[in-house]
Amino acid sequence: MITLSNINKTFRVARRQAGFGRAVKALFSREYELIHALNDVSFTIKDGEMVGYIGPNGAGKSTTIKIMCGILTPDSGMCKINGRVPWRDRIAHVREIGVVFGQRSQLWWDVPIIDSFELLRDIYKIDRKIYKNNLDELTVLLDLSELLKTPARSLSLGQRMRCEIAASLLHSPKILFLDEPTIGLDAVSKMTVRQFIKRINAERGTTVILTTHDMQDIEALTERILLIGKGRILLDGSLTELKKRSSRRKTLVVEYNGSAPEITDDMTLIEKKNGRLVISLDPEIFPVSDAIAYLAARTELTDVSVSGITAEEMVAELYREYHI
Amino acid sequence: MKKYSALFRIRFINSLQYRAAALAGLATQFAWGFMEISAFSAFYRANPAAFPMEFSQTVSYIWMQQAFLTLFMMWFWEYDIAASIIEGSIAYEMVRPLDIYNRWFCQITANRLARAALRCAPILIFAFLVPEPYRMTLPPDAAQLFLFLLSVLLALCVVVAFSMLMYISLFYTLSPTGVRLFIAVISDFFAGGIVPLPFFPAPVRAVAEWLPFAAMQNMPLRIYSGNIAGMDAFAGIGLQIFWLAALLAVGRLMMSRALKRVIVQGG
Repeated sequence: MITLSNINKTFRVARRQAGFGRAVKALFSREYELIHALNDVSFTIKDGEMVGYIGPNGAGKSTTIKIMCGILTPDSGMCKINGRVPWRDRIAHVREIGVVFGQRSQLWWDVPIIDSFELLRDIYKIDRKIYKNNLDELTVLLDLSELLKTPARSLSLGQRMRCEIAASLLHSPKILFLDEPTIGLDAVSKMTVRQFIKRINAERGTTVILTTHDMQDIEALTERILLIGKGRILLDGSLTELKKRSSRRKTLVVEYNGSAPEITDDMTLIEKKNGRLVISLDPEIFPVSDAIAYLAARTELTDVSVSGITAEEMVAELYREYHI
Repeated sequence: MKKYSALFRIRFINSLQYRAAALAGLATQFAWGFMEISAFSAFYRANPAAFPMEFSQTVSYIWMQQAFLTLFMMWFWEYDIAASIIEGSIAYEMVRPLDIYNRWFCQITANRLARAALRCAPILIFAFLVPEPYRMTLPPDAAQLFLFLLSVLLALCVVVAFSMLMYISLFYTLSPTGVRLFIAVISDFFAGGIVPLPFFPAPVRAVAEWLPFAAMQNMPLRIYSGNIAGMDAFAGIGLQIFWLAALLAVGRLMMSRALKRVIVQGG
């Protein structure tokens, strides 16, 4: 169980205008600006939940994660994770969590991956048998058998990320924090990683908190979304709810032979290319089936596809709505 | 304890890989040792009575210093630790169930020992084989040798505890250049890295003998060469223990303060 209540965190950042004169002036008197990274952040996450934590760059996602990991101390507010305050009881707390920072590496650069894993085994004092079971399972699921004897420096980003994720799960943590785990990965690696996270959550009941900018991650993985912007929690709800809440409009893409059909006033034309039309419409005013029938009567349709709003568009809409 | 020994092991193995660096270091240390002994022998020839240490003591001092340079030199820098603070990978170190101070202490000690292990044997063998007056001598008795080994261990710990203060200061300064250069010069000088402390002018020496730097290479090297013996050696080891305790206490206090206000650089 994770509870955050009224967490605040500010950073002091030295700022100055560009230019030599200003730089000299800054030698004598510095101007500091207080950045309110987190502003009265509160939420609760139950055991076994999978939560997507989203927001634009600089919104405070990583700061929240770092507070929950016991790395940062907030200025005020309380955070309890399984009964412990992370920053006060750091060593006991971190035994039960696994963390992946997508932009950093926890593997020793010059030694084979397996050496890093064994070091983690000793650091976490993982029981030999549990370690072996976990390692075997992770090796199969993440396809690591070829990689274990290779030094981290010779791995590709996708291969390394698979190893990073495995490294964070060797000690069977109850909670897994993933800070942008799919950043920079290709489509196949992303899919492997997503399937794996889903499986760990389902089979081991590991609580997963995931930050990402990739809305496909969110769509594939999480039912619950926390939206943060300018240090405040703006929304907390399920993806389906959010989708309903935002625009109902559907996008209709048709391909046709012959002349372009006329469209009615209830349809908005988004794109028209030879043989292809992209139309947006509100299904409550003009049902999609009627729209297709209407078009089919006027031209020879070769392909039709209908899509609702994508998670990507929805988030963009949310960011606009909240001016973040 | 096992987790720290595992860390020690991986750092040790990692450092053993740098063979080319060890070879280059060896060459430098041979050359340096020879030059230094040659210079001293010229001075001693001019007037052997004018010096506070016997020539054979000075020779042993210099060879031992070259053999164990990587244990004691202050300018030796653990890039991993500096980088973890400056670039923010300390985030990963803080999510491990380890005390950060102990972890770094262990890592630095392992690295220094691994480097010394690669270098000391060839230098020592060579130093015992070269002709007089360049040849190194053994300490007068086994007890003195034992005191020397104890003092080496303490000196290493004092050096590491002192260097920890430099790393911790990075939380505030974020740039190692200034502190590192300043401390390296001061400590090398006052630890007897350039000339042994007995050669210092009396008033300077009176102060220098009590500084934490005196608890570094100064003590084991002078014990080995027999310049400090008997009760003086015990007193010297006492001074080392005192400084080690003081530096550990200050370092731990600074560390816990720094971690409370830690900011992870680079997002």
